[in-house]
Amino acid sequence: MRKLFGFHGGIHPPAHKTESTVRPIIHAPLPSRLVLPLKQHAGEAAIPSVQVGDHVLKGQTVGTPASKMSAAIHAPTSGTVIAIERHAVPSANAHSDVCIIIETDGKDQAIDFTPFPFAEKTRAEVLDHLQAMGVVGLGGAVFPSAAKLSADHGQPIHTLVINGSECEPYISCDSMLMRERPDAVVNGVAFLQHLCDARDVIIAIEDNKPEALAAMETAVKQHGGGFQIVTLPTMYPSGGAKQLIKLLTNIEVPGGRHAPEYGVQCFNSGTAYSIFRAIALGEPVMTRIITVTGNVRTPQNYEACLGMSFRELLNLAVEESNTDGHIVGGPLMGYRIDSPDMPLVKAANCIIATSKKLFPPAQPALPCIRCGQCVEACPADLLPHDMYWHAKAKNLERAADYSVRDCIECGACNYVCPSRIPLSQYFKKAKVELAVQAKENAFADASRQRFEQREQRLARYESEHTVSLAGDTHKAPTGASDDETALKNAAVQAALSRARARRTSSS
Amino acid sequence: MSADALFASIAVATGVLVRRALSHLRYDAATLENKINATLPQTQCGLCGYAGCRPYARAIATGLAGINRCPPGGEAGIEKLSRLLKINTTSLDTSRGVTKARAIAVIDEVHCIGCTLCIQACPVDAILGAAKQMHTVLSRDCTGCELCIPPCPVDCIDMRPLPAGIH
Repeated sequence: MRKLFGFHGGIHPPAHKTESTVRPIIHAPLPSRLVLPLKQHAGEAAIPSVQVGDHVLKGQTVGTPASKMSAAIHAPTSGTVIAIERHAVPSANAHSDVCIIIETDGKDQAIDFTPFPFAEKTRAEVLDHLQAMGVVGLGGAVFPSAAKLSADHGQPIHTLVINGSECEPYISCDSMLMRERPDAVVNGVAFLQHLCDARDVIIAIEDNKPEALAAMETAVKQHGGGFQIVTLPTMYPSGGAKQLIKLLTNIEVPGGRHAPEYGVQCFNSGTAYSIFRAIALGEPVMTRIITVTGNVRTPQNYEACLGMSFRELLNLAVEESNTDGHIVGGPLMGYRIDSPDMPLVKAANCIIATSKKLFPPAQPALPCIRCGQCVEACPADLLPHDMYWHAKAKNLERAADYSVRDCIECGACNYVCPSRIPLSQYFKKAKVELAVQAKENAFADASRQRFEQREQRLARYESEHTVSLAGDTHKAPTGASDDETALKNAAVQAALSRARARRTSSS
Repeated sequence: MSADALFASIAVATGVLVRRALSHLRYDAATLENKINATLPQTQCGLCGYAGCRPYARAIATGLAGINRCPPGGEAGIEKLSRLLKINTTSLDTSRGVTKARAIAVIDEVHCIGCTLCIQACPVDAILGAAKQMHTVLSRDCTGCELCIPPCPVDCIDMRPLPAGIH
């Protein structure tokens, strides 16, 4: 048994996982239309590599990575590209984004998937392959895995943590994946261990998933890679990367720093599975497993094509008629969407249909009484009541002084607040505003620099001009006669009026 | 030591002290100007009545101008300045202009006659072109100051909302 070290704070909300784990993962039928956002990952959107009217095959790249901080997008089935346009995409702020819209032909014709010769390739080639296969972190941040693995933190990785904690209520896609396809996950972990060159591998799973634990233990034994399976006590948010690392290794990664700087790399179990498929089968990320739960008749996990609409998924699980809303993600970190007519994206691990019974409407918030319960619950060791004070007053600098940037937005503070203040909403907003401000400041700095350089240049011209005038005292001024100047001016005026006339007639 | 020498040395010592104090003051004024300049949006539009953000920052630092003359900074900018200078906020002096969402200048390239007047007017060198050649705005660097619009003899510059992808 590995010694666990614990982390500050945490809560024990009702898990609501058994509803969706009694049925196996089902392959969702092919939808007639797929909407594939070009940005399903952190970083830059992919660049479309197909045109409207093109016929695409399953597994064909439809969006190529724009930069290192980007990932490819693939067609999940065969069909025709009918549009490349803006469409509503799942996001906390009712966002729309450019999507490739494919009308499927039902034939599901695929390109040839060839296994990637991992052993013969260099590390850089493997990472390029992962990027081309669209592999991104499925733990929530959808960070391109190749970028994560290629970043040099000047420190060898000693421990690879595989996060199978899945601590947020309702979500069970990782749990079902580990239960049903443990061998694939373990093989993916082996690839990751090789890529990280990590000595120790810890697979962490919460003790409320005994079936997943048992399946993974058997798979690890069969694999013989010596991976360690650690049973975590159920506690939210033990699946937060920094919290999990603290829990397992007692390494506390400070705010603004990354775990690899301390020799630890953390990947989600779903990511390990995508890596297995990308390398061993040569298959890009075209589907994902999503938990459809809440106010539906048959809550369960579906393996569905990316781009399939949430509405179709909810119909498969038979949504109850008294549903009053939908949450993408879990109840604590997820966000409400206005309409389920949005595509399934790589980041979406769960969709919850809500009802008044399951999610009673929020009571109005009362004033903060500074009871300090949020401080006790905060897993990032912050002072939510103070950050709230400053965030509410829009004093971003002060909120930043209280390290609002280190808030992991887990919502534990909201959960315990006796005044029912949606604290983490304020922090989310403050973080976004701080990021915008940082961008604006960078732009202002660049503008200032350009302005100052221009001033210097003009001053230099001025002084050079004075010097040259002083040197040319004997030279007469330009000898254009008054007539010539008048002629020139007339020509200029004529040109101007012609240009004006052209402009007015064309507009 | 004679009284004269004593007085002389006192005078010299006082002189040195005063000089030091003054240099400190000057130093403070310069840093304050920098701090104020860092708060200003660097649009360089001149709406405040000064020839750019730094001259305005200097005017604020020396007490010659109020903090409410910057329309691009808007109320948020005034609040930042008031926090920096520890003085009360005042509402924006709308005779200087109104706060607008940031836009960028776009040259209608069909109608541009290549006169270079806008290039000379741009305070941040964000317009590219040469005499009798078509000009274009580097949208990434355009601050939206609108200073290029009045000099254009053929009115071919428009302000457009910020396209996605440019912060």
